[in-house]
Order: sequence, then C-alpha cells, then structure tokens
Amino acid sequence: MKRRPWALGAVVAVVFLFLYAPIAWLAIASFNSSRSLSRISGFSLQWYEELADDSRVFGSLRLSLQLALSSAVIATVIGTLAAFGLRRAFPGRGLWTVLLSLPLVVPEVVMGVAMLGFFVKLAGVPLGFGALLFAHVAFSLSFVVVVVRSRVSGMDARMEEAAADLGASPFVVFRTVTLPLVAPAVVAGAAFAFLLSFDDVVISSYLTGVGSTTLPVFVYAQASKRGISPEIVALSTLMVTATALLLIIGVVVASWRARRAGSTAKLAG
Amino acid sequence: MTGFSPAEASTPDTFAPVEIGLHGVRKRFSDQVAVDGISLNVHEGEFFSVLGPSGCGKTTVLRMIAGFVDPDEGRIELDGNDMVGVPPYRRDVNTVFQSYALFPHMSVWDNVAYGLKRKKVRGAELEKRVGEHLELVRLAQFAKRRPAQLSGGQQQRVAIARALAAGPRLLLLDEPLGALDAKLRKELQIELMRIQREVGTTFLYVTHDQEEALVLSHRIAVMNAGKIEQVGYPEDVYERPATRFVAGFIGTSNILDAEVSGVDGGFVALTAPGAVNLRAKFAGGVSRGRKVAATVRPEKVHLFDEAAEPPTGWCVLRGVVQDVVYTGVSTQFVVGTPGGELVAFVQNAQRIDDAGAPGQPVRMAWDPEFTVLLESSDG
Ligand SMILES: Nc1ncnc2c1ncn2[C@@H]1O[C@H](COP(=O)(O)OP(=O)(O)OP(=O)(O)O)[C@@H](O)[C@H]1O
Ligand SMILES: [Mg+2]
Repeated sequence: MKRRPWALGAVVAVVFLFLYAPIAWLAIASFNSSRSLSRISGFSLQWYEELADDSRVFGSLRLSLQLALSSAVIATVIGTLAAFGLRRAFPGRGLWTVLLSLPLVVPEVVMGVAMLGFFVKLAGVPLGFGALLFAHVAFSLSFVVVVVRSRVSGMDARMEEAAADLGASPFVVFRTVTLPLVAPAVVAGAAFAFLLSFDDVVISSYLTGVGSTTLPVFVYAQASKRGISPEIVALSTLMVTATALLLIIGVVVASWRARRAGSTAKLAG
Repeated sequence: MTGFSPAEASTPDTFAPVEIGLHGVRKRFSDQVAVDGISLNVHEGEFFSVLGPSGCGKTTVLRMIAGFVDPDEGRIELDGNDMVGVPPYRRDVNTVFQSYALFPHMSVWDNVAYGLKRKKVRGAELEKRVGEHLELVRLAQFAKRRPAQLSGGQQQRVAIARALAAGPRLLLLDEPLGALDAKLRKELQIELMRIQREVGTTFLYVTHDQEEALVLSHRIAVMNAGKIEQVGYPEDVYERPATRFVAGFIGTSNILDAEVSGVDGGFVALTAPGAVNLRAKFAGGVSRGRKVAATVRPEKVHLFDEAAEPPTGWCVLRGVVQDVVYTGVSTQFVVGTPGGELVAFVQNAQRIDDAGAPGQPVRMAWDPEFTVLLESSDG
C-alpha cells in the first residue's frame, strides 16, 4: 500500500478547522470595531469595556463561580464516598452502579423538569442559588462517582493490606495510602464537576430566580432576546479563554505529577 | 496420612521455644476447604518453609497469621498469645507480598520508613534504622527513587527491607521470588539466606519450588490440599518422605509396589516382581503380608551391566534401558522393569559408557538403607 502522509495531515487540518474556526471567529469578532458580525472593520476593545461596565455580567459570573465551586466540593465529597461504598460487595450493588450513572444518559431537558418539580415544587427550595445548588450537585455527582470509581476499583487492595500489615490503623491506611492513590481521580472528578456546573444552561435555566442568573444562562438569554451582540461575543471569548486555561493547567499539572512519580502508567492506570 | 516414619521431625535443640504455633487451624471458603486442620510450630530464629503445589492453601495460612483472614476453627499463637481476632495492624508480624505491593507514591526511603513511622520512631533514630535496612538489602543508593524506577529484583529487596524495618517478631514471605527469572531467583535466594542469618528474625516462607525450600530452610512443612503431609529438616523430607505425595512432589521418586515377606535383623524383607533381595530399614508398623510401596531416589540407584556384580546385600532389580537423557551434570536412565518404569541418575563423573544404550539389559541396584517404605496406593 502506498503511504500518503500528506493525506492524513490534510484530514487532521480539516478536523481542526472545523473545530476551531468558529472559536477563532468568535475571538476575532470580539475585537471588531463595528457592531456587525459579518464584516471586520478594525481593532477595538470597546465591547470589552462595555462588558466591564455591565454589573449584571459580574453578578452572573459571581453566582456561576460560587455555584460551580460549592457544587463541585459537595459532589466530590459525596461522590468519592459513594465510589468507596461501591467497592464493598452488598446486595444490589450492580443495580446501584447502574442507577448512579443513569443521570449521564437522561436528557438534560428532562433532568431540568425533574429537578424543578422535585426540589422547588415538592421540597419547597426557593428558585435561585438554593435550587441551583441542589440540582448541580445532583447531576454532577454521577460524573464524580464514575471517575473516582474507575480508579478505586482498579487499585491493588494489597497496597492497603501492606499498610495495615506495617501497623497502620484503618484511618491511617486511608490517609497515607488510599487517598493519595485515588487523589488524581478525585481532583479530576472535582474539575469535571466544576466545569459541568459552570457550563450548564439547560438545567439551570429552569431554576434561576429573579436577579440570580448563571453566566451561561445570562448569555443564552441575551442572545435569544436581542440576537448575538458584540458584548456577548466578547463575554463568550473570555469564557472560552478561561476554560482553555483551566484545561492547560490541568494537563501540565497531571504530566508534572506523572513525571515526579517516575511512571505515567502507574498514575494514569 | 501416617507414614512409616514419624511425620513431625523432632524439635531442633538449636532453636529457642516456639514463637508461632498453629493448632487445628481450619478455613473454608464458600465452596471449598482451603486449610483443613493444620498444626505447626515455628521456632524463634528459624527459616521455616511451607512447600506445596498451587492452590494447596499456603497463602491462606499466611493471611491467617498476618490477620487478613480469620480461621473458622483453631488457634494461632504468637509467643503463646492467641492472635485470632487481633487486627493486622496490632500483630507483630510483617509480610513480604508476592506482588511486592510497594507504595508507588512514596520513595524507596519512605516505603522503608513506613512501618517505623507507625511505631512513632522519629528523627535521627528513624534515619538510622531506615539507612541500616537499605544497607542490608544493598539499596542505599536508590533511596530517593520511586518503586516504578527499580527493577523487579530491586523492588523485591525494597519489599523485604520495608517489612524487616518495622521490626517484626515474625516475617511472612509469600513466594517472594515467584515473579523473577531463574538466575535472579538464585541470586536472591542467597541474599535472603544472608539477610535472615544476619538479622536473626524468624522467617515463614511460602513457596511451591521444592529446590528453593530445600536450599533455604532450616525446616520444611510440605502441604497438600489444605493439609500438612510432613514437617522436617530438608534432608528428612527428601531422604525419608513420609507419604507418597511428599515422595512424588519433592524430587523424583521410584515407587515399587511390594509385599512384606518378613523382618530380618534391622531390615524388612520385601517381595516385588523382578526384584532380588529387596529390603528396607525396619521402622515398625509392618507385618508379614502387608502391601506397601517401596521407594528409592534415582540418584541412589546404580546401574550394572552383565559383566559387573552389585555389592552383596544390595537390592537388585532387572530391567532394560529404554531412554537415556543427558542433562549435563548427570545422565538420566529410564529403565523398564517388571514393576514399571524406573529412573536412575548417574553422575557423569563416574558414568560407565557402555551401560548407556537403549535396549541394553541392566541391573539397577542400591543400598537397602535408601529404600523408604510408604503406604501402598491401594490401602
Ligand atoms: N478469598 C477467597 N475466596 C474463595 N476461595 C479462596 C479465597 N482465597 C483462596 N481461595 C481458595 O482456597 C484455595 C487455597 O488458596 P491459596 O491462595 O491459599 O493457595 P496457594 O497454596 O497460596 O496457591 P498458589 O501457590 O497458587 O498461590 C484455593 O483453591 C483458592 O481457590
Ligand atoms: Mg499463594
């Protein structure tokens, strides 16, 4: 067979173009001096300046960050405990495992309806931060459990036995051996939960209250009400940049940790 | 399973009183009995091996002593105190796992220090003791490395240093060399012996490798199907196997079905097809007409052609050479006899060349001292 390295390269280029052209366009348009999105007329920071003056943007950003942080912490704690709980054999473990990953496949629109019905209408949690927090913990929990569980179940139980054998009480075993070994997965689960919460539109849109709108919901509402304004484009560019930075930091930290451990396989596996 | 020789070797006087004692220990898992009523005494300072085929329950015995598994019945005593129910972290027993189970997120130094830290050893004393144990296994220069940066043999040494540094009364080793290649195994066997003699800690060593057990141990317990078949010095279990299983599992044995025809002096006279003057040392428990199995080790058997005459008083068995296998140090002759195929190992230093060709009639002969009587297979 004839090898055509350029063909492969072309495919990759097309894929990247397809993925990143819209984002690149977004960034370029945000610095455009005209209001038009289809004609680039010059460089300007005016949309960013207008954004900086908009107090609603900061309100939403603060709410989104608070929400993402607190729901990630709560989901990570509960999810990690659940992942350890699923390690032991108990009646119905298989069913529990399936049930825990169900939210991963239920359509978000349905999840949103369910959350609104249960937390707000039935349990009486007020719309806004409270309802959002419950809902975000509920839907990001599954992701944390799945990520942490894969690490926990892949862990060699002999390692913990060795620690106990050397005189470590169950708590010390957990602190010195179990936790450090599952830590990468816990961190990954937490980051995942944070991003899920920070990105969510569909479920959150059911639960936002007056004056308490998350950033993605705010963007979506603005865009659907008034069309895509340059301020929204600038805001979107900022959000993409922040997310990309987080991702890059994550990758750098992970590879640094792996190098320090002396083996990528040991930590990733 | 009573043989004709005592199943338990007499207590060695060179060792101090019993350190670990198992009394009637039994463990069943849902579908099978893994350990079926075991009693054992290991003495202080001893290198004691438990030898048996895969699945015979060796690991389960160790895990019960370490405290990871509770026996269903019986007592496990350390220095006279019953250990059953005491959690692993309160037992003065440490384990070297077959899979090493080193902590991948800690350096070699921290791995070795782990047990000492749990005992609240700190500061200069900690430094000193970790350093000593790294020296003991000759890994001082690797202290800063992670386990993943070491070879299999080096990891195994770290596992040994880690378990020993905690200062156990008893060290349990579960096939610690099982994952290593043959050459490295040999090297580490010698290391292990040196380390054990140096620190003087009691070692309870599990292996399925009979040669390893013979080389390393002060005493050996041979296990089969959850039971102990024989306990003794290496030369006991090799030269005087107590059961057919031991005779077959350790080394190669020639087994002849025979019948007791009388007791003559210190010897039992036996009859077997094709055998002349077949005798074994008298050890009690035999009566005329009893069916027995007479065994002899292949290296005890000498081959004589028609021209030569075996020494008087030796057991002689006629046969025909069927196969000759040259193995370097010795040559292995497979001889067809009326009692079945038997094997003789002849040291190549004294090999008689013309005794060698297949098809040649030979006489197999050995000193009756070396005949060991075991219970007959059919009863
Ligand atoms: N946790 C367990 N649950 C059920 N059965 C078990 C368990 N552990 C061991 N067994 C069974 O008990 C028997 C003895 O096992 P054990 O691991 O003690 O054997 P072993 O002599 O160490 O074998 P090997 O040389 O292969 O390591 C085996 O048949 C095994 O299948
Ligand atoms: Mg085993």
